[in-house]
Amino acid sequence: MSRFLRHPPALLGLGLLILLSLGAVLAGPAEHWLGADAETLDLASMLLPPSLSHPLGTDELGRDMLARLMRGGQVSLLVGLLTAAAAAIVGTTVGLLAGSRGGLADAVLMRLTDGVIALPLLPLLIVLGALDPTKLGLPPEMFRSETAGLVRIVIIIALVGWTTVARLVRSATLSLKQQDFIRAAQALGVPPGRLMLRHLLPNVASPVIVATSLSVGNIILLESALSFLGLGVQPPMASWGNMLTGALQQLFTAPMLAVWPGGLIFLTVLAFNLLGDGLQEALDPRGRS
Amino acid sequence: MTKHLGFRLLQAAFVLLVMSLLVYGLMGLMPGDPIELMAAGSPTMTPEDVARLKALYGVDQPLLERYGHWLISALSGDFGYSRLTARPVVETLIGPLGNSAGLMAAALTLALIFALPGGIWAALRQGRLPDHALNLAAFAAISLPVFWLGLLLVILFAVTLSWFPASGVETVGGGGGLNDRLWHMALPVLALATASFGHYLRYMRAAMISTLRENWVRTARAKGLSWPQVVIRHSLRNAMMPVVTVLALDIGALFSGVLVTETVFAYPGMGKLIYDAVMGNDYNLALAALLLATALTLLGSLLADILHSLLDPRVRLG
Repeated sequence: MSRFLRHPPALLGLGLLILLSLGAVLAGPAEHWLGADAETLDLASMLLPPSLSHPLGTDELGRDMLARLMRGGQVSLLVGLLTAAAAAIVGTTVGLLAGSRGGLADAVLMRLTDGVIALPLLPLLIVLGALDPTKLGLPPEMFRSETAGLVRIVIIIALVGWTTVARLVRSATLSLKQQDFIRAAQALGVPPGRLMLRHLLPNVASPVIVATSLSVGNIILLESALSFLGLGVQPPMASWGNMLTGALQQLFTAPMLAVWPGGLIFLTVLAFNLLGDGLQEALDPRGRS
Repeated sequence: MTKHLGFRLLQAAFVLLVMSLLVYGLMGLMPGDPIELMAAGSPTMTPEDVARLKALYGVDQPLLERYGHWLISALSGDFGYSRLTARPVVETLIGPLGNSAGLMAAALTLALIFALPGGIWAALRQGRLPDHALNLAAFAAISLPVFWLGLLLVILFAVTLSWFPASGVETVGGGGGLNDRLWHMALPVLALATASFGHYLRYMRAAMISTLRENWVRTARAKGLSWPQVVIRHSLRNAMMPVVTVLALDIGALFSGVLVTETVFAYPGMGKLIYDAVMGNDYNLALAALLLATALTLLGSLLADILHSLLDPRVRLG
């Protein structure tokens, strides 16, 4: 902990994240105070410059920019954290199973991991983002709501994002298995499931935490790129990525529309990367700098 | 070595096979249906015509049977026709593949020119001001969304200053010529190189720091060699190993990783081709392009293995 606190870039990251989360949490009250919400169109007040009632002006459809940026922050942070958590759970399960079982299970799971790593990430995400789930025979009502759209992105990105954690956990498990306390537990007849949960899991936690915090930034970048291409968060729901799609049409007349959302993506990703790097240095027993 | 390579090639072929089945299945789940689209485009078509066309193209057969047919012709080099360009798929892929390769080579070269010396310098000044500044710059470069950086570059250099064109590969009409193409590549190369710069600076720095902790470096210093001699003659080759491995992996992955950049700059490379094919219901083209991208990624990781064993005499692929 103290090592973490002596790492100024990590503190900068943490501070940025607190500010950004505050912005996301306060989106509701801010809309009330501004008297404008993020999704109502107002064609009479398109592309207004900043003013008292619209502190950052309005976008190409007359929506308040500040309110949309705050709502977009909720979406980006939520998708980033949920996806990272989902990927960490899948990766830890695969890694623990492969590392502790060994043999055939290990071989199959690790070849699967190698296979997923070899896939071209962005094109695959595009295909997964574009496909029509109703063709799988699922009821169309399942995909109408906005929550369903978010869940879909989380699943798509988590589906390809678990491999790093799986590899880390497997190698950590393999080296733990050589240690006396695990051998002692095995000799005492601790069942494999309990061995995994009570003895192995707590000891692989720190690489998982580091890898997960470093992955959030990457996930937010992927989500915003997908939304920018029209395959992630769907309008009218605001996300920093899809706000940039709208801004693209106004590049000549209102360049600031493109500057704000992109700048916030940048700051959020930077904050998570700095935080992850700080955690890595603080938790890595070899780093003594 | 040969045995290991043979095993890796076999494994790569297997991944490609699984991937082709997976993507073939996914293409069937895309919104829209090529035959229905064709029917919607020509009002004279009767439902009987539609049924006949479906039988002709075999889309009324079960998935595995259709996949089997596709696989047999694909293995003989026939990937069918592209719906968007009305040309054979293989022919459609060649141009964009070359465009992406050019873009990538230029961007990686630019990134490495700054990242490698920068990483070494940061490692030598570890924990001091140049190190902190370069590290922060690298983190900033990694955290920039590449499509946003692209937009900013367009606003600054294409809209405000009109120094460089905002999109395309060459001037429409009177185009051609190497200079014209390079001029069009400037902004996408800059956008791509920025992210790569950040990654490589961090790899180079980390590799150099861990090399400088080795005992032989202490020995070299102890026998009176200067720092430049120690770094260039004794440490560089060792520190370069992980960097070269990452580079080889990157070359394969970048062909599809440039997707967003190419889309922003309307640069007709592999990434934009895949995006357009998926969006335009061009299943034959999307399938072949995705498989090509996978094959390139696999090839990159194979190359990384081989280079690693060539550079490090301790590694024996057996």
